[in-house]
Amino acid sequence: MSVQEFFAMGGYGFYVWTSYGLTLVVLAANVVIPIRQRRQFLRQQALKQKR
Amino acid sequence: MFLIPDAVVRFYHRMASPPHFYTFTEQCMPWLVGVFVILVSAGLVGGLYLAPADYQQGDSYRIIYIHVPSAWMSLFIYIVMAVAGAIGLVWRIKLAEVVLVSSAPIGAAFTFIALVTGSLWGKPMWGTWWVWDARLTSELVLLFLYLGVMGLYGAMDDKRVASKAVAILALVGVVNIPIIHYSVEWWSSLHQGPTVITKTGKPAMHSSMLIPLLLMALAFKVYYVIALMQRARTELLSRERNSQWVKNKIAMGAKL
Repeated sequence: MSVQEFFAMGGYGFYVWTSYGLTLVVLAANVVIPIRQRRQFLRQQALKQKR
Repeated sequence: MFLIPDAVVRFYHRMASPPHFYTFTEQCMPWLVGVFVILVSAGLVGGLYLAPADYQQGDSYRIIYIHVPSAWMSLFIYIVMAVAGAIGLVWRIKLAEVVLVSSAPIGAAFTFIALVTGSLWGKPMWGTWWVWDARLTSELVLLFLYLGVMGLYGAMDDKRVASKAVAILALVGVVNIPIIHYSVEWWSSLHQGPTVITKTGKPAMHSSMLIPLLLMALAFKVYYVIALMQRARTELLSRERNSQWVKNKIAMGAKL
């Protein structure tokens, strides 16, 4: 199987890769967002403690 | 409680303590990520490359490797949420409340993924993006239940009171879970019936297709634990901001 054939997914490439791409984005966001929020919270609280 | 071994009881009590939970989740995170990467790589290679194309659906069926595990997770997480809600209501355990509210966005994400990938699979196979049949409609209701829990919790300032309210909402919504599960048997539907857990007890799928599916399902379970821990850590810190252990963490210069 060639690389092109793999990505073509027998003509269903659009449906298959949109599904996988969207899943990747949604699942990644669900981990990145809380980590960022926590980092920001800790930074703010550290500033408060200094004052 | 004499039926439960001592070690389990002790683990349970320690995990219910916020500072202990915070440290414990930090320590097991690299292991969980490692297991997740192995499972997801094996599942994707198996599903996208090694498994043969379907004799009727061609390669379009490969959406199954995210669609079905996501749909399973959407139900599983809801049940976890309702159980945590019940525990929170009865024993007022803070960590149970945190598990409830931290699960909601992850459950909503999986429900959303199940709906959209189902749509992207339905278009080439059924010829339509959407039908208002029992399976699809009840899954959409599930998405609204998750969004309802998130909205209600966000709208109330007192988080202890908000936790009670969302726990009741989560418990009432449990009715929807068996409806989703049995919808394809109770009503006629475009959606296909159960393929993995069938009435005969044998999966109606060849092992070359079934094994990657089960690997992806496991990978998504591990992902849920990772995402839940990340959200719960953030929620705990923010809720406990005035307690001594959080102040100590900040004084010691904790960055994450």
